[in-house]
Amino acid sequence: MTTALKAQGLGKKYGRRWALTDCTLDVPAGRVVGLVGPNGAGKSTLLNLAVGMLTPTAGQIEVLGNPAGTSQRTKIGFVAQDTPTYARLSIADHLKLGARLNPRWDDSLAQARIQQLGLDPKQRAGKLSGGQRAQLALTLGVAKRPELLILDEPVAALDPLARREFLQDLMAAVTEQELSVILSSHLVSDVERSCDYLVVLVDSRVQVSGDIDTLLATHYRLVGPRRDEKSMPQNQYVVSASHTDRQSTYLIRTDEPVLDPAWAVSQLTLEDIVLAYMGRSTSAPQNNRPLLEVQR
Amino acid sequence: MIWLTWRQFRLQALMVTAAIAVLAVFLAVTGPGVADDYDRYAGDFLKQLSMQRLNGYLYIVGQVLVYAAPPVIGAFWGAPLIARELEAGTHRLVWNQSISRTRWLVAKLAVTGLGAMAVTGLLSLAVTWWADPIDDAIGAGQTSGIFNVSRMLPPVFGARGVVPIGYAAFAFALGVAVGLVARRTVVAIAITLAAVIAVEVLSPMLLRPHLMTPVEATVVVTAENMRGFMLTGPEDDAEVVQIEAKLEGEGFWKISEHTVNSAGVVQTKLPQWLRDCGPPPPNGAVSPGRMSFEVCFQRLADEGYRQQIKYHPANRFWDLQWREAGIFLLLAAGLTGFCFWRIRRDLT
Repeated sequence: MTTALKAQGLGKKYGRRWALTDCTLDVPAGRVVGLVGPNGAGKSTLLNLAVGMLTPTAGQIEVLGNPAGTSQRTKIGFVAQDTPTYARLSIADHLKLGARLNPRWDDSLAQARIQQLGLDPKQRAGKLSGGQRAQLALTLGVAKRPELLILDEPVAALDPLARREFLQDLMAAVTEQELSVILSSHLVSDVERSCDYLVVLVDSRVQVSGDIDTLLATHYRLVGPRRDEKSMPQNQYVVSASHTDRQSTYLIRTDEPVLDPAWAVSQLTLEDIVLAYMGRSTSAPQNNRPLLEVQR
Repeated sequence: MIWLTWRQFRLQALMVTAAIAVLAVFLAVTGPGVADDYDRYAGDFLKQLSMQRLNGYLYIVGQVLVYAAPPVIGAFWGAPLIARELEAGTHRLVWNQSISRTRWLVAKLAVTGLGAMAVTGLLSLAVTWWADPIDDAIGAGQTSGIFNVSRMLPPVFGARGVVPIGYAAFAFALGVAVGLVARRTVVAIAITLAAVIAVEVLSPMLLRPHLMTPVEATVVVTAENMRGFMLTGPEDDAEVVQIEAKLEGEGFWKISEHTVNSAGVVQTKLPQWLRDCGPPPPNGAVSPGRMSFEVCFQRLADEGYRQQIKYHPANRFWDLQWREAGIFLLLAAGLTGFCFWRIRRDLT
């Protein structure tokens, strides 16, 4: 099994509105995948389809090699958006819930994690901070011992410090357990910190997807005298271009070194790359969705 | 799953069962005394009983509680069952554990729903047992104070036997279904409360009379069995629109009564001369044509007027009980089926 998530022409309609249309993607297994896109791009819908909370209106979706939603619950862990927990139940109750409802539950792992986080098992989940609640939800997801852990915007509501701690914890759990992870976020920095594979989803379309190191190594910014896009070499794929009267700035992807001495070549950050791909889509007609948010 | 269901449900369970348990203790303590009095005072039983303040209270409280149990259970056990999960988003937590939604719902409905029926059943059993001597005495024609309603009549019928169990099952299933559709706990509670109370009020009027074909009786009104006399219109030119006769026997439930003429046609208005048979007008002016009751009703009978009465006799009590309970259990089953169908569809 080499794919964690595979979608073909996937679509989901709520009433009359399509939340996701014609989405095709292929996410490899064994990676920590960051799914990035602006709000409303269909990230949540896609992940909810993957865990079977929703059924597709069109197309197919496969998880771990099988159609989504069919008795794979033991193999998939899901940390839902806003990391819901039962406010009136204690942490210990949540662990008991996990133990009772999951055949592969790893209780020692769960206990150890709670202890490590310094949480009191008798405390009610309703009294926890946002970060602690997210950690509890993550503990439930991890101790289930899934093959694939899906997290839907797990850190969206957290402050920067809690955000970093959560992602570090997630990474630690991933390395210990060798599981595949798909993590959605509207912040590139979250993904940069924790993922090794990136999927950019805009308007339910995959703009770019690939290994993050490879993406960083194959994207360049070229600044030089004004030059027409048509005259760019074949092996340089233009992601975005902007021109002044005398100067052109290109963002390109290429597997080969840029040798043309006319260009001043610079490396890009992941955020630059993501923004460039999103910018492309937002310039398309009938698109007025907000741009990717940049973390303060 | 049963553990989780109980863990989430125990507070509500405790509150309702505590109230019922308190009443049950009172009934258990006083019940044997009521039964003893029934044996000791025989025909004066109800007269004696109406002088005992505690038993009067218990009679009313028991009645009220049996009627209150279904709406309360529907609103506070049924409505929040799914609505609260949907509202807090915790369904996304629990449905992503290793068990299916269907299994989750089975456990939830089985534990809470059967609990609702059991608790209501025990309450109804306790009240029915405690009030049995009273119902029996009323059925035999005794009346005194508040103890004057036969168990066949709507105010008491729904608080005895198995009907409350049917109401409770229906109310619970309705609450769950409304919660699943409304997705808001408070809204679901309000709708369920209103709907179940409405059903309790309307069922005796719209459903119960039709559960069995009523028995029909034709009675001639006499001065002795005349029980009602209704006039309308101005005082000096009133029309008799309705008279009522009493049926032989006790403890039956009268559904309808019409006056028919000799041709068997239902009369909406009775002969003009009958006006003078009624009680004299309050100003004391006795009209010249005034006749005695005996003469009046003899003439009415001679002209062929009869009372046509439809009723359910007292011995149909359990037949009606089982039928009504059965219908509400069927409705509950239908609502439960809807819940299973709905929960398997998209819910985010």
